[in-house]
Amino acid sequence: MIETNIDIVKKGLGKRYRAEKRFRIYGVCAIAASLIFLAFLFISIGTNGYTAFQQTFIRLSIYFDPEILGDTTHRESLASANFPAIVKQSLLKMFPEVQSRGEKKQLTSLISSGASYYIRDMFVEDPNLIGNTVQVWIPADDDVDMLIKGHTERGVEEAERRLNNKQLGWIEKLERDGNIEKRFNTIFFTAGDSREPELAGIWGAASGSFFTMIVTLLLSFPIGVAAAIYLEEFAKKNRWTDIIEVNINNLAAVPSIVFGLLGLAVFLNFFGMPRSAPLVGGLVMTLMTLPVIIIASRAALKSVPPSIREAALGVGASQMQMVFHHVLPLALPGMLTGAIIGMARALGETAPLLMIGMVAFIVDVPSGFTDPATALPVQIFLWADSPERGFLEKTSAAIMVLLTFLIAMNALAVILRKKFEKRW
Amino acid sequence: MIIEKERAELENKREFISKKEPLVSRENRKTVGHPIVENPRMTCRNVNVYYGDKHAIHDVTLDIGRNEVIAMIGPSGCGKSTFLRCLNRMNDTIDFCRVTGSISLDGKNIYDKDVDVVPLRAQVGMVFQKPNPFPKSIYENVAYGPKIHGLVQNRVETDEIVETSLKKAGLWEEVKDRLNQPGTSLSGGQQQRLCIARTIAVGPEVILMDEPCSALDPIATARIEDLIDELRGNFSIAIVTHSMQQASRVSQRTAYFHLGDLIEVGSTDQVFLNPLHQLTEDYVTGRFG
Ligand SMILES: Nc1ncnc2c1ncn2[C@@H]1O[C@H](COP(=O)(O)OP(=O)(O)OP(=O)(O)O)[C@@H](O)[C@H]1O
Ligand SMILES: [Mg+2]
Repeated sequence: MIETNIDIVKKGLGKRYRAEKRFRIYGVCAIAASLIFLAFLFISIGTNGYTAFQQTFIRLSIYFDPEILGDTTHRESLASANFPAIVKQSLLKMFPEVQSRGEKKQLTSLISSGASYYIRDMFVEDPNLIGNTVQVWIPADDDVDMLIKGHTERGVEEAERRLNNKQLGWIEKLERDGNIEKRFNTIFFTAGDSREPELAGIWGAASGSFFTMIVTLLLSFPIGVAAAIYLEEFAKKNRWTDIIEVNINNLAAVPSIVFGLLGLAVFLNFFGMPRSAPLVGGLVMTLMTLPVIIIASRAALKSVPPSIREAALGVGASQMQMVFHHVLPLALPGMLTGAIIGMARALGETAPLLMIGMVAFIVDVPSGFTDPATALPVQIFLWADSPERGFLEKTSAAIMVLLTFLIAMNALAVILRKKFEKRW
Repeated sequence: MIIEKERAELENKREFISKKEPLVSRENRKTVGHPIVENPRMTCRNVNVYYGDKHAIHDVTLDIGRNEVIAMIGPSGCGKSTFLRCLNRMNDTIDFCRVTGSISLDGKNIYDKDVDVVPLRAQVGMVFQKPNPFPKSIYENVAYGPKIHGLVQNRVETDEIVETSLKKAGLWEEVKDRLNQPGTSLSGGQQQRLCIARTIAVGPEVILMDEPCSALDPIATARIEDLIDELRGNFSIAIVTHSMQQASRVSQRTAYFHLGDLIEVGSTDQVFLNPLHQLTEDYVTGRFG
């Protein structure tokens, strides 16, 4: 019998299908592996960090004693008024048995050292409180917080605990009376950094990141898109544009710390810009993001079909009109995606910020582009480096916030692309 | 079927005309026939085109008359599109493309330094092989040219020019109720007519068409051929086509290109029925290409 073509084809079929099946299995394995790692990351961060969104508070009845506070009619005298004594007094009233100096000290260490500032702020807001008693929930010290959240054990030897037996007794009494409880941690979302874990928040770092990103976006998107349009649509293709292209591609691969060094040398040392400022951070991030945006924008421009360009030129559009009326609208989704991905990368970048001083310990929430500030990833780095147990969960929580921002930005990229693509 | 019939008719006619002179031999690449006409709209003299080192068009001299349709035929790759694109300097967009010689529109060399391509392309419009409407509404597609050239000042004038252009292109009845839909949602034939409407909306003097019907079915093709016949009243048209039937149906003159040379130019009937050059005869009788 003669073997016809179709017989040969059929013989080979099995092999072809097996190859396809193998390839599919490889693909599924690769995706499964990355999903598992991702899930592992999210779960470990989530389980470590979710407790940071709650905070232990202790209820005190604060008596604004006119005798202790003295003259409170002037702002200056308020600053020196003895609010710590008021807090101490109300604590001692709850535990009358505490008499010795040492014990008193141990008792006051149960509440946050920032408590007196809260009381002062309260008083500044409403000076009529003088002579009155109010119930106030005051953040507990981070050691108490850790204990209540179960991060430290009560059962271990006294010497190995950060709280001694007496302090444990007081806490138990507070628990019995319902004067201690976990509440939603607004401090974490509204405060700047602090040495005390219970007073530390990410708002300062988030604001710093926000200002940095604004500068980056405002500079890198227009400059990047303009450069891409010029290179792709207007510049003559010659050796110079080739050199520029190679250099831009190289810049995109330069380690970010190098941009930090460049920023230090140029912006801080040469131009004398303020240290630790989001403005400088934004400039450095702009340098870093520009090549990414230029490359993405050029790719987007290249992908616009030549027939559209010919159509525009054919009816007599100038080069400029062709680009802005026809090419740019089609390339914009790709450009936006590139820009947002570049921005997301800049948002998560730490190394260049270290070089320009945005790694400093900054308590105040920045209110402008030149205020000293830090950024979210730097804050994570700083907290991860802190010895206090309380910062551990803060680190994870800050990572969660950062990831939320990143996911939101990437989702925005997808939405924008869908929206602009859908037009036709 | 139709094509078969036409071919038979053509053969018939051919036999009537007895050939007196011997054909010019294949080796001779000098243009024969009548490349020059009286009172032309465009004149091309000794045009050479190079793509880098590649010499794509050799020394072409050709006129395009007023109110005439000139067909350009020839085997694939012979340089028809290249030549056509020289006529409105579309080749400027290709960095390594170089044009020498002179091409004049109404006596003015369009390759002179002081000539601006923007108004030139408004005068010499182009319809491409593949329909390429803008990804915008049908209305916007037609209104775009007049708008950028400042031919219309307000909505009323724009509406008018859109309507007349679409009517001239024979598309108005089909799209008048959906002018705001994207031009890309039309069928291939409709898109090509939209592109023609877009071109004539600017009011050019010459229209260049590069195989405008190559993607269309016979009915759409017939409509566009009718349209070309009508447009001849106002415009000069240069059309590249691979269909000799189409060339004989729509054109008054025909130019035959071969490997970058313009071999023969003459009235369409003469070129198809009584070619002067051996290469032309080979091509029109189907012995080549
Ligand atoms: N952009 C270009 N770069 C380099 N060479 C080109 C370019 N365009 C055309 N050519 C060359 O010029 C010659 C003529 O091409 P052209 O497109 O004008 O042929 P054509 O007659 O239109 O062919 P077809 O009938 O297939 O469309 C061809 O040999 C082609 O390889
Ligand atoms: Mg062609």
